[in-house]
Amino acid sequence: MTDNRRLRTRWLGAQPIGGLFALPYLIFVIAIFAYPLGFAVYIAFHDYFFTAPGVEVDRPFVGFDNFATVLTDPRVLDALRNTLLFLVINVPLTAVFSLVLAVALNNGIRWAAAYRVAFYVPYLTASVSLVGVWMLLFSGNGLVNTILGPFAPDPSWLVNSALAMPMIALYVTWKEMGFYILLYLAALQNVPKELYESSETDGASIFTRFRHVTVPGVRNATTLVLILSIITGANLFTEPYLLTNGGGPDGASTTPALLIYQLGIQQQNPDTAAAIGIILVILVGLLSLAAQRATKER
Amino acid sequence: MTRSKIAPRVVSATLLTIAAIGFAFPFYFMLVGAFQENPTNSPTSLFPTSGWTVDNFLAIDSRIDLVGSLVNSVIITGAVLLGTVVFGVLAGYAIARLDFRGRGMIWVLMLLVQMVPFQLLMIPLYIQITRNYGLGDSYLGMVLPFIINTTAVFIFAQFFRALPVEIFEAARIDGAGELRLLFSIAIPLIRPALVTVILVTFIGPWNEFLWPFLITKDAALQPLAVSLANYISNAAQSTANPNGAILAGATALAFPVVILFIFFQRFFTATDLGAAVKG
Repeated sequence: MTDNRRLRTRWLGAQPIGGLFALPYLIFVIAIFAYPLGFAVYIAFHDYFFTAPGVEVDRPFVGFDNFATVLTDPRVLDALRNTLLFLVINVPLTAVFSLVLAVALNNGIRWAAAYRVAFYVPYLTASVSLVGVWMLLFSGNGLVNTILGPFAPDPSWLVNSALAMPMIALYVTWKEMGFYILLYLAALQNVPKELYESSETDGASIFTRFRHVTVPGVRNATTLVLILSIITGANLFTEPYLLTNGGGPDGASTTPALLIYQLGIQQQNPDTAAAIGIILVILVGLLSLAAQRATKER
Repeated sequence: MTRSKIAPRVVSATLLTIAAIGFAFPFYFMLVGAFQENPTNSPTSLFPTSGWTVDNFLAIDSRIDLVGSLVNSVIITGAVLLGTVVFGVLAGYAIARLDFRGRGMIWVLMLLVQMVPFQLLMIPLYIQITRNYGLGDSYLGMVLPFIINTTAVFIFAQFFRALPVEIFEAARIDGAGELRLLFSIAIPLIRPALVTVILVTFIGPWNEFLWPFLITKDAALQPLAVSLANYISNAAQSTANPNGAILAGATALAFPVVILFIFFQRFFTATDLGAAVKG
């Protein structure tokens, strides 16, 4: 190796062409993630408003003003409360049912592939399609109410302020479950078979084995399932927008993402909208950290 | 077989059957309703014996240009897949197999990208793309935020990393350049990864609603998810049979993906997905 070559290797690596291969991705990450991220922080701390293209205007730094506006806005507080209600229903249901179904699928039953397809088809399908179906199923004179007859809730499911958010939580649990079942199926492959065998020899029941072998064995996957479902919950837009007609009734199913759209784009206040985004990310980070702590090995 | 082995299977099969009915029923309801003259809401009409028709598809087509929006969906999805595969293979290969300055930094960036929620970027991206770049109401504007998929880069990197190091050493000793190594040796060996990536990334742009909805006002450019959503929220009241039209539109949007996945489902395995998400 010549000195020149050795020097080049030290500075650029043995295959500097790799940098060229990765360059489009690097540009993409900077343009679509890093720059907008910084821009979001900038907007949130300034009095930012839309202007005609090319017009230079003064956008003064306003410190935490936008955050103060957001945190005293009852709509924002309601949206955060709605998200919390969503998470309280969605996250436990998702974690429990997806693990139980994955374990059942993993029991070596017949037609496992067909069952798996049935579970992940809703996950693959556009929410816009499925929302259309749920709207018809749960409308005032929909199939569900026809079957329930006198037991149908009044006002009906999607226009009832006590039921709108729980309905969205159930819908999302159902729609996303297939993905989480696949995650648990992958995790179950890594649970040592010997543990099941030895606990069976010790006379442990199915439930004891589930509790003491399966649940601890898939702990890492559980952490991931919790974090991903928290992120999904914080990002809800399509479902409240379509299923409950723009976050109704009376804002009972408004979400932060819906408010970001309404405040930022419809009402032209990008600065407060960006502040909601930042608050949301901090809350999601804290919740994810809590989920990670809660599922950690003790 | 002992009793202790049979009981769990019976419980599992029962549980799975009940759940599978719950998961599949809305699709059955959608499909039957889409082809019914007048989809009603009584349990008896769930098994229709007559009244089959394609009028609902004509009704939704007269309102939202079904074919035109499907073509838009295909263009957008195709562009995203092309970008994801071409740039994803290059980046994944470089990260997994090439030693160059900045490799560690790109890996860290990839992990960060996975953690940034789209909702935080929604406002700045909207300003950037519609106002600064003037790409509102354009295919490029709809495609740009999704043109490379980080999950796909992870999947490619995992597959390239799994290839034995000897192949690369031997080819380099034989004098193959890095480009030749990539195209003649590495890519042919990771063909299953290409199918996995296409399946995993296909559903994103095809089903995406929020972003194209934000940046398009021109109905002629909107993908089907957006036109159908607009029909559901605005125009449904003024059609003779809105329920049938909604279900027909929903079917047209849902079934290309469902059929593709059932067809290719043996490639879409739990382990690939787990590996991708774990990073």
